[in-house]
Amino acid sequence: MADGMTVNTSRRFFLLASAAGGLVLAGCMTPDTTEGGAALAAGPPVPKQPVVDMNNFVAISPDGTIRIMAKNPEIGQGIKTMLPMLIAEELDADWSKVTIEQGDADQKRYGSQIAGGSFATPQHWVPQRQVGRAAREMLLQAAAARLAVPVSELTTEPSMVVHAATSKKIPYGDLVADAAKLTPPDPASLKMKDPKDYRIIGKDMRNWDTPRIVRGEPIFGIDVTVPGMKYANYVKCPVFAGKVVSANLDEIKAIPGVTDAFVVRQVGTNLMGLMDGVAILGDDWWTVKEAAKKLKVQWDEGATASQSTASFDQQAATLAKAKPQGYLGPRGGAAPTEATWAAAEDAVNKAAKKVEASYTYPFLVHAPLEPQNCTAHAKADGTVEIWAPTQLPGQGIGLVAEAVGVAQDKITCHMIRCGGGFGRRLSNDFMVEAAAISKQAGNIPVKLVWTREQDMAHDPYRPGGYHNFRAGVDAQGAMVALTNHFITFGGANGQPLGNATSPPTEFPSGFIPNTVYGQSLIPGGMPTGPLRAPVSNAVCWAYQSFIDEVAIAAGKDPLQFRLDLLNSAVTATAGGKGPMNAQRMADVVRIVGERSGWANRGSLPKGTGMGVAFYFSHQGYFAQVAKVKVEQNGAWRVLKVWNVGDVGSTIINPTNARNQVEGSIVDGISEMHQKITFDKGRTVQTNFYDMPLLRIDYAPQIDVHFHTSNNAPTGLGEPALPPVLPAVSNALFAATGKRIRTLPVAQAELRWT
Amino acid sequence: MANYTINVNGKTHTVDVAGDMPLLWVLRDKINLKGTKFGCGVASCGACTVHLDGKVARACMTPISSVGGQRVTTIEGIGDTKTGQAVQKAWVDVDVVQCGYCQAGQIMAATALINSNSRPTDKDIDTAMQGNACRCGTYVRIREAIKTAAGVAKTDTREV
Repeated sequence: MADGMTVNTSRRFFLLASAAGGLVLAGCMTPDTTEGGAALAAGPPVPKQPVVDMNNFVAISPDGTIRIMAKNPEIGQGIKTMLPMLIAEELDADWSKVTIEQGDADQKRYGSQIAGGSFATPQHWVPQRQVGRAAREMLLQAAAARLAVPVSELTTEPSMVVHAATSKKIPYGDLVADAAKLTPPDPASLKMKDPKDYRIIGKDMRNWDTPRIVRGEPIFGIDVTVPGMKYANYVKCPVFAGKVVSANLDEIKAIPGVTDAFVVRQVGTNLMGLMDGVAILGDDWWTVKEAAKKLKVQWDEGATASQSTASFDQQAATLAKAKPQGYLGPRGGAAPTEATWAAAEDAVNKAAKKVEASYTYPFLVHAPLEPQNCTAHAKADGTVEIWAPTQLPGQGIGLVAEAVGVAQDKITCHMIRCGGGFGRRLSNDFMVEAAAISKQAGNIPVKLVWTREQDMAHDPYRPGGYHNFRAGVDAQGAMVALTNHFITFGGANGQPLGNATSPPTEFPSGFIPNTVYGQSLIPGGMPTGPLRAPVSNAVCWAYQSFIDEVAIAAGKDPLQFRLDLLNSAVTATAGGKGPMNAQRMADVVRIVGERSGWANRGSLPKGTGMGVAFYFSHQGYFAQVAKVKVEQNGAWRVLKVWNVGDVGSTIINPTNARNQVEGSIVDGISEMHQKITFDKGRTVQTNFYDMPLLRIDYAPQIDVHFHTSNNAPTGLGEPALPPVLPAVSNALFAATGKRIRTLPVAQAELRWT
Repeated sequence: MANYTINVNGKTHTVDVAGDMPLLWVLRDKINLKGTKFGCGVASCGACTVHLDGKVARACMTPISSVGGQRVTTIEGIGDTKTGQAVQKAWVDVDVVQCGYCQAGQIMAATALINSNSRPTDKDIDTAMQGNACRCGTYVRIREAIKTAAGVAKTDTREV
């Protein structure tokens, strides 16, 4: 494997080549340098004879080893373990004989490849099981021919075809040579397993790569090495989309250990594509990173240099005093207008009680712990080979094709395990930078690594936003009108920036009369994009906090108030014909109340409180109760979070499902401490000391419960995150009487006596 | 540039680098031990945690010139120790990992904790581990895995 650039990387060779070191990607990564820890179980099985392809995902060795290809990018969501579980279940594979291999970016072979949107479970629940079932069917047919019995007399046990009448058993490995020659069956004709017979789905299957991770094996993007590669740092303008006018390249090139330095020019207009910058190359990364400190660049900063958070806040305050620039719709078939807005405002004004409040949340950065990086080789023969920790390789390949000037089919992209994603690596700026630098450096392989400071400064940020709510409550304490003037960030096209939106159908729209949402835009020049549970992670906090305020103003129990709202649909969409099923949501709200002891919260001492929130996103139904403790000086911590989620009939891999929920809850609480601000068009925060990540001492106890329902399974990477922010905010109110209307939470605002 | 001879996981390596080059980059780029991770470069995240003579150190802020004769232990070598093995096994058994990027540092910090305190309490865990960030938020399981490795009761005894 050491001469990686010349090895034959065909599938068959690949499996044999990796025999010594378990699963190693694409023949070009560093060989393992360690023996495994003695206390750990042996690694995955290694086929002693070449595997035979059954289809694009399943290959079986005559020795019984089953190789399953993992098609999607792995970012920590556990998909590399979970999708092969679906295949293995319907194949009726012996899991101990399964070895999982990461597929390359190859949509012709694997279909769409993305880590995002919590899509993978709903998208693959049927097709990946069909893949396994089809291979099993071919094995059954091969066994039937060999035994001269009808297929209907055959069944399977893990990795065996069984003929019960004669007690004959044939291992899959003995059948694969014959089975692989058969015509694959029509997937639609396949009868899938009865769920009660599942042997793999529904069992705790530990993260496939954990044994390698705990031994420190080089399996992340940043660990890739390619023979002859140079290390690169890429310095961009601190103001988004700024251009290089000049740079002291000769001075940089003279630094010992620096092998090259040059200006790279912007290609295209995507702020998360290839932007102007200076590339510095050398023999190790630390040297090129240090060399950047001596770099002097004259930048043309452009128009965004006039933008700052202080100015955004002023503009938002001014806009909030005027009517919205537009209205969010259509809703119920008809787009709201100035007249419907006026009517809803009128309903608020005439209500027995008015509740008004403004909620503000900041921009956020993704900051996965592995800084952005990519290794690329734009070769002299016009092909490009890329090793990328990416969530969306296809988009990156498109950027590279344009920037390097090659056809997409000349680009090979190996998807390398990502040290966290959270949506950051749906953008592929690091990929196009590495490829462009490789080409411009003279077609040499280049490993680009960003600093943490560069990662903070150049991110597709979660957009900040301002929600100005007005609600009316009738004499019986029911919410009868709601308006929200949402102030967000827009681009030159007059539309909100990416993910800078608030849904027109946001709850409680459809559950109370007189609901109209308006919108106004502040010009923003920064890149924005999806952060885990995009839009939801922000909007949920604002709405579910304000609903809590209305409940308190109405003199109602905030949990019962939500159940009453969920039971009050005023449109067919809200009543169960739309995306959200109100009954499923009411169930998880009710159950989280029971599990958390919500009814007994009155006995809590001052300074301790419980809050509730729910949210529907990514097809998942989640309700959470948070319990917080606030010291008199305002120092606060979350003691415990109870989570109840409904993601359908089956929790495919329960240990990973719980892990995702636990992580989402910690992530959401972490966000309540974080902000990104801008000054003169640049990001102010630089590293984890001013953009803190929640630590173990502030991580709460977490009760994870899944309420299964008779619906197809849906994804878990995101939907558990949004409700934790308002649940905690509402708990802080219960503990102190102080309503948090601005994030991050300011400790000073929580002081109490 | 100068020659520095360091002992990593029981093996001697001599590297010709600048004296202020951090141990992290010597390990990763000069002697090709990629298990120690780069997260922040300013000792704020703990991803680069190694042991120097058995004590926790952040390799990203440890100049190679300061290492001298101290024994460097990295994630690649920690499995050769009894505690390190137990911690690695607990990490697998508890299924701690999500993305896994911080976990080498977490395991190094946890091993040092148990070596110095064989029966850590929740408070001990908080103190020893708060320098190691997990962006995926696997703290519930890190806490459980440390207790599993130490053989103490797994109940979370913190105030609820």
